[in-house]
Amino acid sequence: MAGRTLYDKLWDAHLVKQRDDGTALIYIDRHLLHEVTSPQAFEGLRLAGRRPWRVDANIATPDHNVPTQKRSEGIAGITDPISRIQVQTLDDNCEAFGILEFPILDARQGIVHVVGPEQGATLPGMTVVCGDSHTSTHGALAALAHGIGTSEVEHVLASQCLIQRKAKNMRIMTRGRLPEGVTAKDLALAIIGRIGTAGGTGYTLEFAGEAVQALSLEGRMTLCNMSIEAGARAGMVAFDDTTADYVRGRPYAPRGEMFERAEAQWRDLVSDADAIFDAEVVIDASTLEPQVSWGTSPEMVAGISGHVPELSAATRPGQREGWEAALRYMGLEPGMAISDIGVDRVFIGSCTNSRIEDLRAAAAVVRGRRVANSVLQAMVVPGSGPVKRQAEEEGLHEIFLAAGFEWRDPGCSMCLAMNADRLGPGEHCASTSNRNFEGRQGHGGRTHLVSPAMAAAAAVAGHFTDVREMVGSGTGGAA
Amino acid sequence: MKAFERFVGRVAPLNRANVDTDQIIPKQFLKSIRRTGFGDNLFDGWRYLDEGDPSKTPNERRINPDFVLNSPRYQGASILLAQDNFGCGSSREHAVWALEEYGFRVVLAPSYADIFFSNCFKNGVLPIVLDKETINKMFRLAESEKGLELTVDLAAQRLTLPSGEQVAFDVDSFRKHCLLEGLDDIGVTLKDADAISEFEARHRARSPWLFDTMR
Repeated sequence: MAGRTLYDKLWDAHLVKQRDDGTALIYIDRHLLHEVTSPQAFEGLRLAGRRPWRVDANIATPDHNVPTQKRSEGIAGITDPISRIQVQTLDDNCEAFGILEFPILDARQGIVHVVGPEQGATLPGMTVVCGDSHTSTHGALAALAHGIGTSEVEHVLASQCLIQRKAKNMRIMTRGRLPEGVTAKDLALAIIGRIGTAGGTGYTLEFAGEAVQALSLEGRMTLCNMSIEAGARAGMVAFDDTTADYVRGRPYAPRGEMFERAEAQWRDLVSDADAIFDAEVVIDASTLEPQVSWGTSPEMVAGISGHVPELSAATRPGQREGWEAALRYMGLEPGMAISDIGVDRVFIGSCTNSRIEDLRAAAAVVRGRRVANSVLQAMVVPGSGPVKRQAEEEGLHEIFLAAGFEWRDPGCSMCLAMNADRLGPGEHCASTSNRNFEGRQGHGGRTHLVSPAMAAAAAVAGHFTDVREMVGSGTGGAA
Repeated sequence: MKAFERFVGRVAPLNRANVDTDQIIPKQFLKSIRRTGFGDNLFDGWRYLDEGDPSKTPNERRINPDFVLNSPRYQGASILLAQDNFGCGSSREHAVWALEEYGFRVVLAPSYADIFFSNCFKNGVLPIVLDKETINKMFRLAESEKGLELTVDLAAQRLTLPSGEQVAFDVDSFRKHCLLEGLDDIGVTLKDADAISEFEARHRARSPWLFDTMR
């Protein structure tokens, strides 16, 4: 019998029941909740007279709607009354059902995908779900993690299970290491550019090879986070010493002898040498350069030395029309140099890139420099309370503030602009987030996805520029 | 959930690939704590010329006459014809709630994003995968002067064109059963409560650190 992939092992370990019709009942270890996709699920539970199956499997924090300024006022400080009700409803539901929540004023509050690993609430070997597509982030811990809809949120609350069909296995195999100044974000964008936004549909991705092994756990989270932008619900990285070192000592992680016991089990969370993947994509990491998205889909991406493509370069059916529509929306011309694209706002944050290493990488670029006069606003939004405090202990906030950046409180913020942070029509934004869809960061706003170091460089230059030329080596960080 | 019955519906063609759920229902409408009230804001950024806001009623909005769903000939459409990778991006189920409330009961496309596809079935909306050639033919017919009406028969897994031509489609047998019976799949899962409890006991014995921590 052929060996098993990491995904096969995680699936088998959580299989409650295989049904004759090809569906399976899969057990869920950890369920993360936030305010946007949970209220209707709690309401459904109440209407059906059901209780949560296992309260201690759940953890909640508000993130999408929370303001990133004047946080001391708590919920009362949310000016939009509809947002306020939504955040209040999460508090009320968690209290009513006894679910552990880090509410808006809790020191541990933050973006749910930053909070989970940071607190040790998501662990290797777990099945992790959340009503948010970027749940794939937690796959960096060698976990099976993916987003679900609100009906499935209710399903997990009620039964601790999901009805699923097993996905196929795809391995993204990297060769060589990322060059200095080229980060996990650039690798993620390059992969999506290569396989397309539907390239991973129906698959679970495993990121492997030298470049991935060399990434920090935070870098692996950035990579797994964007699996969904390649169409895959879940992405993952095998367990190794980096994983063990990251998890050890986290507040909700096992301790002492229990950790040893867990680690012994986690060591098997790797694909067997003779495991068979249904598809494999090989990426030469050593030749990648920093990436910048130019269009309205994450697959519309180019290296910093590159150009917006000529329409004649479109090969796939419908691609030319897609590019035309994107360039019209983005206000760009075919063939223009990426480095000629000016930037009006800069956003460093989101579940993709708001961890401490991301902030360090951006601060290293910004140190001793100023945000260009042509840039209207540059902001840093840490991913969680602990990230913010850590950054302040290291003095990163002073570097950002001295350069003209705003230093905000944790939340999803301008990644999707559900709170007050957003782009104006026609404005170009260098953003460390994950989606450049039309209107995502504000009506008519134009998003360019980049790494934290590249966003920082764009803030200083006022246009996209190769961060490696600005600061030489040693600035990429592990992010 | 309402049982899914055989029906005849008009087809509205949305000829664009990679339509993401941010386009289907933009984020400013996700603040509701209810399951209803999303239909008026389906495709908000394309359907209206002004910026959408939850406080605005449809009467106050400026309609985009060039958007396909605003064309008089597609009013009352209950079948949405779409292109590859429909529903990509965010997992927001609000996208399906908006489609359903607008009146769409079926989507036809060559491919879908996984989470959107799964969300449809939970809300009585049937997403059908058809090969590219058939989809392109449907686009020609739907965009022609006469337009296109289809009979959708889920039990027989068959679409019937006005010409009498029939197109078979595949559907997962469990999902089909749930749609036809209007079943709540939580109820189906909870019939296996004993199996879940037994699994849980074994799982706890094997990996005790997964339990009793989040308190």
